[in-house]
Amino acid sequence: MTLLRVSVWRGGAQGAFREYEVPRRESQTVLDVVTHIQRHLDATLAYRYACRVGMCGSCAMTVNGAPRWTCRTHVDKVAVDGRLEVAPLRNLPPIRDLVADMREFFDKWARAKGQFKGGTTRKEDFAHVAPASGPRKLADAAIECIGCGVCHAACDVVAWNPDYLGPAALNRAWTLVNDERDTAQVERLRAVAGDAGCHSCHTHMSCTDRCPKQLSPTAGIAGLKRATLAAALRGEL
Amino acid sequence: MKATRSQALLWIAQRASAAVLGVCVLVHLATIIYAVRGGLSGAEILARTRGNAAWLAFYSLFVLAVTVHAPIGLRAVLGEWLGWRGRSRDLVLLAFAMLLAAMGMRAVFAVFA
Repeated sequence: MTLLRVSVWRGGAQGAFREYEVPRRESQTVLDVVTHIQRHLDATLAYRYACRVGMCGSCAMTVNGAPRWTCRTHVDKVAVDGRLEVAPLRNLPPIRDLVADMREFFDKWARAKGQFKGGTTRKEDFAHVAPASGPRKLADAAIECIGCGVCHAACDVVAWNPDYLGPAALNRAWTLVNDERDTAQVERLRAVAGDAGCHSCHTHMSCTDRCPKQLSPTAGIAGLKRATLAAALRGEL
Repeated sequence: MKATRSQALLWIAQRASAAVLGVCVLVHLATIIYAVRGGLSGAEILARTRGNAAWLAFYSLFVLAVTVHAPIGLRAVLGEWLGWRGRSRDLVLLAFAMLLAAMGMRAVFAVFA
């Protein structure tokens, strides 16, 4: 039986890597490997997952140095010489082992005014948004985010400036900027402008490169830069 | 001015100055390559630039673009690499911008007058 040698981060910020040997299987995912370790080798290993099919966004980890969704990452694609290194996501405080604290990540969505704010009640008719309209298409291109945090971990600007809202929160804001039903546009543009917002993005495109859903937060952030400039020229910022 | 508004304006100032710099650098390099074909001397340069209002305008624009562009870029570098943010950073960068403008325009006038 072929064995995979796996280094897994154990402990919190002051932890260390520990080595495990895991049987190699066909179509094995990185999440399968971590689950094998927890079920058969060391029941104290902490990690997080839910759906196992790339929908929930909870199983992202750093695999061989790069952030990935582990449930849809095949070992074939990432193992180097039969070795894997698995660690918690970067740019987020580690809680224990492979579990990163996601609170700051989602708090940034709130700070970027990532909540939809409507102006109608249930007594009114549905809004009719033409699927082919420009803003609707822009929102469509960004809407499939599963909140996995991979882009946030991939972003160097987040590492340099912890206040930076990050690609996921800004991508969420961009979908709402393009939502014609939303009534909090000015507040949102104020929230996403500035040193902690879209203007700090260097267009490295690490988020776009790593996003497992093939979204482009970089494109959304560029859109926010244009939208905030227009708001600034209108005197709204 | 609010920080968010000034940041949006700084962003477009850097974008616009980068566009100007792109053209200026190309013209500058092309001129260097063209001018040194038959050897290069100080007298030759001065013969081309002295009293030439077009060169004065071109290099003044070049200096202006550098004055706008460099401090805004440096602002991000200082913030991200040294963690230096806030008013003190912006005041130092304003002084740096004025230094760039003064030194640049001094050089421009030196070959014009």
